[in-house]
Order: sequence, then structure tokens, then C-alpha cells
Amino acid sequence: MGKTIAEINEKIKKGKAVVVTAEEIIDLVKTKGTKKASQEVDVVTTGTFSPMCSSGAYFNIKQPIPRMKIGGGRAYFNNVPVYTGFAAADVLLGANALPDDDPRNAVYPGQFLYGGAHVLEALVGGKRIVYTAFAYGTDCYPLKKREESLALKDFNDAVLFNPRNGYQNYNVAVNLSDKIIYTYMGVLRPRSGNANYCSAGQLSPLLNDPLYRTIGIGTRLFLGGGVGYDCWPGTQQNPAVPRGKNKVPRGAAGTLGVIGDLKSMSSQWLRGVSFTGYGTTLAVGLGVPIPILDEEMVVFTSVRDEDIWTRVVDYSHDYPQGTGKVLGEVNYGALKSGKIHFLNKDIPTGGLSSYLKAREVAETLKKWILKGKFYLTDPVAPLPSS
Amino acid sequence: MAKKKVILTFPPALIEEPVTYNLIKNYDCKINILKATVRPKEKGRLVIELNGSKEAVSRGLNYLKEIGIQVEPLAQEVRYLKDRCAHCTACIPHCPTDALSLDREEMKVSFHGERCIICEACLPVCAYKAMEIQF
Repeated sequence: MGKTIAEINEKIKKGKAVVVTAEEIIDLVKTKGTKKASQEVDVVTTGTFSPMCSSGAYFNIKQPIPRMKIGGGRAYFNNVPVYTGFAAADVLLGANALPDDDPRNAVYPGQFLYGGAHVLEALVGGKRIVYTAFAYGTDCYPLKKREESLALKDFNDAVLFNPRNGYQNYNVAVNLSDKIIYTYMGVLRPRSGNANYCSAGQLSPLLNDPLYRTIGIGTRLFLGGGVGYDCWPGTQQNPAVPRGKNKVPRGAAGTLGVIGDLKSMSSQWLRGVSFTGYGTTLAVGLGVPIPILDEEMVVFTSVRDEDIWTRVVDYSHDYPQGTGKVLGEVNYGALKSGKIHFLNKDIPTGGLSSYLKAREVAETLKKWILKGKFYLTDPVAPLPSS
Repeated sequence: MAKKKVILTFPPALIEEPVTYNLIKNYDCKINILKATVRPKEKGRLVIELNGSKEAVSRGLNYLKEIGIQVEPLAQEVRYLKDRCAHCTACIPHCPTDALSLDREEMKVSFHGERCIICEACLPVCAYKAMEIQF
């Protein structure tokens, strides 16, 4: 007999819900088996904390006197350009945006010390930013220049809006060339000197619901320390990646488009980061609660690192040239051991996704649910699954 | 026994001076070269650790000063900013001495300054800028 989300929410309301993290369910299944675990457990919480480049926020700026039309003009937050294509007072700031005078890779590799993501972290952390704007002026919006110090609370609206987050699995990157390279997968030493991976593995949201049975549009989730929602399939959502017998994709597959109130978030869970030679990006804390509707959901959520496989790709030639070549497969158990035996040698591994913080996200979400502060939602529309 | 880490700055005229050879042969010091930057005819900079008896190390340092090499003690080395670290573990495969090490149970990174040889490999790797160098 299955459970519904409505039934689970009733139990949460009564303080009777049984909630465990995606790690705890693994041990529970070992001792009690999947059937008993599915009867006992109501929610499994997942978590991840990782650089997620396709992130940003949109803001509505309070009108000055006289009024000003930003749309079609130019505007900056701490010298980082914001997009001004929306109306008179709505601007969009992307995590990867850089000040006009940032040297980028002119002296290679660039440091990218400050960008949109750093502005977001500063705002969420309570700091003030300098807002400068230039407009062409209209009869109804005559002001042409403005410079003002603003804090997050000074905006009418501040909405975190991330078109692609929470990647379901990802590549492992190596560098087969003779020169060190600087990529979004980190610094890669020559002759496969290191292998970098980017996933929370067994704690990762979409790896715990591989066929998107319970996660969809409208799913309420932990986002940046506050409550957010999945608002659309993430960009590049690709469910058609080959999957193992356990239905877990063996390469980068699904993604989530997420949204939430920036004013409710915390700089502990939204960090501006600088990838040498690559650019700036936002590290995001994200966690999704998975309702245990039936035994199949327990099977899915008790997936272990050793059961999740991914592809090793060369980032010196194959990735940039889009050859599609895969050097082989490894699993996350091996990756997290610190060393993989691959290409006839032992290659030390490095992570880009913080497992420590992923645990903290899953634990935090678990606490919220147990305290009756967080209820699950039924998706209003599914993520594409084929 | 004495162990001392120093920064040697060579004026252009002295770049050809075989200081490590002299320190070993004439002053009985074990030398560990931590870092070397040589731009011919421009400048030279060596970060070395001298290892030997107190007397040998002292005489070795005096030799360097006497011939006109600028000698500065390596006071502060690489700093690990704990509050900035997100424990992503990207730095771990780059650290040659396990100064940045990982507890794989907790998946928590920690920094052991005494193992650090200031190779600076971690600096461009840490995206959270939790590693800082100070001379």
C-alpha cells in the first residue's frame, strides 16, 4: 500500500513523520530491508553544495525621484553589469558577469576575483553595494544618471533565479595533454595528474529520484538557506542518457530550474567563487525532500556511491573540441576514496562539490520537516523523462 | 641541530653565484630548495631551508649576507582561512606534502602548516580563496 504526499504532510503536521537523510536510508535498508523501510520512512532528504554556473537573481529597484527608466540603459552593481532589458526597474544579475575592466584571461590564467556571484554573496550577507545607472531619459522617466548605495532590503524584490542547477550526475575531468589547464572543472594537471568530479553522489537530489517520479515543477526545496521551488526543467535537461539497471544515469542527465526569495537566503549557502582561468560562479546549497510513496522510492533513495557511475572525459582536447569521446567509467565510491585506477595508473581525485556541506543541507532540511516548518508539495507538472 | 627557512634575493650580479653548492660544500648545511625564481640578468629569488648544526647554519647565513645576498626569514607561510573553506576537496590532489589533508569519514579538509613547503600549488586551485600566501 502506497503513501501520498498529502498523507505524509498530515504526519508532518502531527509531528509524526519519519524523516531520514539519503545517507541514513542506506544503513536503514541494510538492517531492515526495502519493504520495511518503505513502510516506516516518510521522507528522505537530499542535499548538495556545489558551483552552479547557471545562477543569478532579478531585482526590482525602488524608483528615485524623478523617476528613471533602466530598460535599454546601462546599470551596474559594484561595477558588475546587470542586464537591463526588462522594463523600467527590473534588472537581472548573472553569477558569471564580470566588471567591464576585469582583464579576464589577458594575462593567462586570469584570477576572476570578483563577479556577479560575489555581488550576490555580498548582498545576501547584508553588505551594501554601489548601484550606478545610466538611462536615455523619457518624458515619463526623465532621470538619466544615478549612483546609490543599496542593501538587499532596499530592493522591492530580490529573487534568486537559476536556470540550471542540481545537475543529475556529471563528468569526471582529466587532462591528457602535457600542459596544466584551467577549466570549470578546476585546475587539471597534465598527463592525467588529477581527476576532478562534481557531484554529491548518494546525497545528490536527482540521483535519489532518477526517473523524476517525485521531483517536478512546483517541488518545494531548500535553496540557498531558504525555501525555494523548482519552476521549470533546468536547461540542458537530458533524460536520455544511458542508465544502469538501477535506472541511475551514467552521465550528466537531468537538471532543475529553481527560484526563491533571495531575502530569505544566507551567504553560508550562496558563495561567490573564482575559478582560475575560467571565471566567477555561484556555489549553491540545494536540497530536495523525497517522499517515500512506495518501495521503489526506497530502492531509489538508498542508492550508494559505489552504484553511481559516471564518465571520464579529457578536458584538454575532447571536451573543448566536442569529440564526445569517453575514456571510461568510474563510480563515486572509487572517486571519493581519493584515488582511481584508470588509464593504467593511480590518479588522485579532487571534488568540486562539498560532501560535508551536502550533509549539512540534508540534515537542515530534515530538521525543518521534523519541526513542522516545511511541507512537501506535489509537482504541478513533471520534468521531461524521455 | 638547527632548521631555518629563508628567502634569498639575488642582485643581478650575483645570480651566477653557486650558493647552494657553497652552502653544502663549505658550510656543511643540508639544503632543501622550496622555491626558485631566476630571470637571467634580472633577478633571482630562492626560498630554501637550511638544515645543520647551529654553528653551520649561522655561518652559512653570514656567508650569504657577506657576499651581498638579501636574506629574510620566512616568517609567515601559507595561511588557511578556515571560515572561507567550503571543504570541496579540490585542493587535495594538488598538495604534494599532505599539508592540506582530508578526513574521508567527515569529508573535512584541514591544513597542517608544518608540512607546507610553500609550493603555492593550492593558491590558483581554491575557488573559495581560502588559501592565502604571506611572506
